[in-house]
Amino acid sequence: MSLWLAFAGMALVTYGLRASFLLLPPGIETPPLLRRALRYVPAAVLTAIWVPELVVQKEVLVLSLENERLLAGAVAIAVAWRWRLTFVTIISGLGALHFFDWLL
Amino acid sequence: MTLHRPAFAAGARASVPVLLGVAPFGLITGVAMVASGIAPLVAMLMSIVVFAGASMVASAQLLASDTPALMVVLATLFINLRFMMYSASLRLHFAHASLGWRLVVAYLIADNVYGVLLSRVAEHPDSRYKLGFYLGAGVMVWAVWQAAVAAGVLVGAGMPAAWRLEFAAPLAFIAMSVPLIRDRAMLAAALAAGITVILAHGLPLRLSIPLAAITGIASGLTFERRPR
Repeated sequence: MSLWLAFAGMALVTYGLRASFLLLPPGIETPPLLRRALRYVPAAVLTAIWVPELVVQKEVLVLSLENERLLAGAVAIAVAWRWRLTFVTIISGLGALHFFDWLL
Repeated sequence: MTLHRPAFAAGARASVPVLLGVAPFGLITGVAMVASGIAPLVAMLMSIVVFAGASMVASAQLLASDTPALMVVLATLFINLRFMMYSASLRLHFAHASLGWRLVVAYLIADNVYGVLLSRVAEHPDSRYKLGFYLGAGVMVWAVWQAAVAAGVLVGAGMPAAWRLEFAAPLAFIAMSVPLIRDRAMLAAALAAGITVILAHGLPLRLSIPLAAITGIASGLTFERRPR
């Protein structure tokens, strides 16, 4: 039951967010502060999604050079910064993970 | 605004580079949902109706640990808040499309599709064929995503753990977020969100995500260069 309730809620919330501004009539202006604030949402939220995957293991913060996920993530960040290509970033990150796993 | 077939094809072609990121992430999402105990058919239905990978992986984990439905929906709201920003931005291009097309545009919103459209608009600011281009990219990403999720759901726990493909999910998000950082305000937003999510990682119900979103937005606004 809880699953279906969560499912329905997720569907409504997600489509609601997608449709929100697209359904406003053409005449209405987006408030400038809201537009400025929304600009930072993708960078903030996407970063908040991946950071814990690199540094939190079993609810514990692991900030050491023996954490191969952190090292591989650093390689992927550098690659994403330099080349901006999704596939290259994923492949180099996975490759680095296996490399550091083997090394450590 | 008309749906122009060459524009649709151009959009589909322009999406090819990002498909190489969409496919592994979809695969991981399918595997993660089944691994959290969601039935394969329900996982597939969720993928088609909700169509938002990050929130589905997070929700599957929350549901597996018996989180109340309301909290799962709240986590989804914050993870998918960025779609509202894409909606506001796409409105500038599609405000005059018919309601039916706008409902379709809304359904197909995804990080990658938005990115592909944005680079097209940067090259051809006044193109009349933006709708066709957007739909071409959107349909392509949607189809590859669903095929990848289906493959992940079918493979399920059969994926060799030694491949460590679960790491492709955070890598896909690194690939999407790092290129967004083009000025100091955006850097401030990402750094603040990253630091907040680490400091708050012990909080229950993924409350670290909404907190990180709020501090990230506030930092971005604070470090903006204001015109004098």
